[in-house]
Amino acid sequence: MKVALFVPCYIDQFYPQVGIATLQLLEKLGVQAHFPAQQTCCGQPLANSGCERDALPIYKHFVDTFQDYDYVVAPSGSCVYHVRKHFDKLDQTAEVQHVRGAAYDLIDFISTVLKVESLPGAFPHKVGLHLSCHGQRGLHQANESEMTPVRDGQLSRLLRSLDGIELTNLNRNDECCGFGGTFCVSEAGISARMGQDRVADHVRNGTQVLTGSDMSCLMHLEGIVRRAKMPIKVMHAAEILNGVTS
Amino acid sequence: MNHAIRADKFLLDADRTTWHDETLWFVREKRDKAVYAVPEFQELRELASQIKNHTLSRLDLYLREFEAAAQANGVFVHWAADAAEHNAIILDIIRKQGATRVVKSKSMLTEECHLNPYLLQNGVEVVDTDLGERIIQFRDEAPSHIVLPAIHLKKEDVGDTFHTHLGTTKGESDPQRLTEAARQHLRAKFLAGEVAISGVNFAIAETGAVVVCTNEGNADLGVNLAKVHIAAMGIEKIIPRLSDLGVFTRLLARSATGQPVTTYTSHFTKPLPGREMHIVIVDNGRTQQLGRPDFRASLKCIRCGACMNTCPVYRRSGGHSYDFTVPGPIGAILSPNIDMKKHASLPFASTLCGSCTDVCPVKIDIHTQLYKWRQVLGEANEIPASKKWGMKFMGRVLASTRVYGLGGQFARRALRLLPHGLTHAPSFNAWAVARELPTPPKYSFREWYAQQPQPTSQPTPQVPA
Repeated sequence: MKVALFVPCYIDQFYPQVGIATLQLLEKLGVQAHFPAQQTCCGQPLANSGCERDALPIYKHFVDTFQDYDYVVAPSGSCVYHVRKHFDKLDQTAEVQHVRGAAYDLIDFISTVLKVESLPGAFPHKVGLHLSCHGQRGLHQANESEMTPVRDGQLSRLLRSLDGIELTNLNRNDECCGFGGTFCVSEAGISARMGQDRVADHVRNGTQVLTGSDMSCLMHLEGIVRRAKMPIKVMHAAEILNGVTS
Repeated sequence: MNHAIRADKFLLDADRTTWHDETLWFVREKRDKAVYAVPEFQELRELASQIKNHTLSRLDLYLREFEAAAQANGVFVHWAADAAEHNAIILDIIRKQGATRVVKSKSMLTEECHLNPYLLQNGVEVVDTDLGERIIQFRDEAPSHIVLPAIHLKKEDVGDTFHTHLGTTKGESDPQRLTEAARQHLRAKFLAGEVAISGVNFAIAETGAVVVCTNEGNADLGVNLAKVHIAAMGIEKIIPRLSDLGVFTRLLARSATGQPVTTYTSHFTKPLPGREMHIVIVDNGRTQQLGRPDFRASLKCIRCGACMNTCPVYRRSGGHSYDFTVPGPIGAILSPNIDMKKHASLPFASTLCGSCTDVCPVKIDIHTQLYKWRQVLGEANEIPASKKWGMKFMGRVLASTRVYGLGGQFARRALRLLPHGLTHAPSFNAWAVARELPTPPKYSFREWYAQQPQPTSQPTPQVPA
């Protein structure tokens, strides 16, 4: 199994520890992932801004970079969703189709491909799980409150397998955090208010560590937490799972 | 003025924003409970979606079938290409009666066509009889929601409005007393009504009947008291058969308010002897939307408002921030069809979270259409120049490994070295108004990775202990 690690641009630049944790976690699970150095971005920031045409060279670069791998794993469901859903704008060559199908969010890869449902280790903290919309509603990694009252998903199952962990029961289990790519600056007021409301739900219900599998939502929420100087630590799920696994 | 600027105005009153968000979230939760209680709800959505897709695929045939059936019932059928024709047809019917007093039950189409000001200009008194609609009519405001038109107002606001217009005691905000005042006031208007205008929720091709769903019974009261009934409908309201109706009535109220069904589901088929019934069928841009393959499905909408109640942006920006008859996610995909320039910011008033698509009872792919409208707007140069050129620049950077690597290094170094007050100045960094930037690390992931000893061959998989 030839696995590539895709470290989205903002993680590469601002959260190298998340990339490192992803690489190490995969290694502990028996997967030696390779990081092709020519990678850049999936193109989503441009496409979501209405500039899909300008994103096409980025899409092509992405396919060129990853076409020789069986799987492309990224610690960000949003980028993966973009590759799967919106690379339909490229000519659907065998390479393009392969890369679209090979792209996996880290947690999805662990759950679906590696079929790992529990991890050894302890994390004795109250953990609030932020479900990213693209992972949840886009990649179906968790149940949706629009459909069912049952709150379940890949990441909550993995986290629950840790000793001593308590997951926060939120008032609104799967409301969007308000990041939304360039939305976070073009609609800065609403974006911030959504983030503040999301964080308040965690504070109200006792979250000590706020986590999720999509670093873009967490970057936004961390910005809110740090500005308001709240006693909440924000960590990507890969950091938690890697930290507890020997 | 774009959506973000109007949203910021709404956000200024933080407490009211909280109240608005929580009120609509409460409606969303009521909807969830009603949906969970119907095990076949997802099948119903799929069925409704297929019925609507089928109907839209042969809309011309069903419209003519409907027209013939309605005429056979003794109903006058009128066709209006646009809002102006719709308004002129209605005024003409009213004038032929020599009437000046019109009662109207809720109709988003007449809002869309700006019928009220047109009738008033032409000497016709028109009274909205839905309570919420009457409140905003007094205030000369547009509805802020298609099902809950006065949801932006608190009971104290209604008390002030009724004090001014109905003479209720100053400071009165008891909902029971205020509703009673409206009830007495509207009773007189109903009795005096010469012509009753209603909207249409469903028009049945097979029978030529129109179906109107209300909770207040105001459509029935108006129509049954007046000599003439005018029902105004968009061309997309058609469903093929009476037997299809149950699929939609089971979905509509559950999605809208969490009720199993609206209090009244009124079927209007033919006029009583000595009375008249007219149906005005309106296009007003709908055919154009039908001709856009990517956006055609927006015409499946049954106007339940569920996408508004669930939308985290709508709940915090208020319906008026959309400045379009139909606000919220569905409005954001309908409005650019009407005026792309004016409504260019609406498809961007979304995080593309997809909740709208998942609550839509007829499975409109709303968030995908928002994404697609963004591309149409981008191609048509209807996005801000700064964004357009910024994205072009970003496209160049991100298509090249080398430029990207150098740019990242530079940006991180700049962030580390420049003072916080400069990097976080709200005047040119919208991110920093309410958020800290990430602490820039000394090295990027790629720089770290390049320092690691590289495996020479595929390693043996190690299973964790």
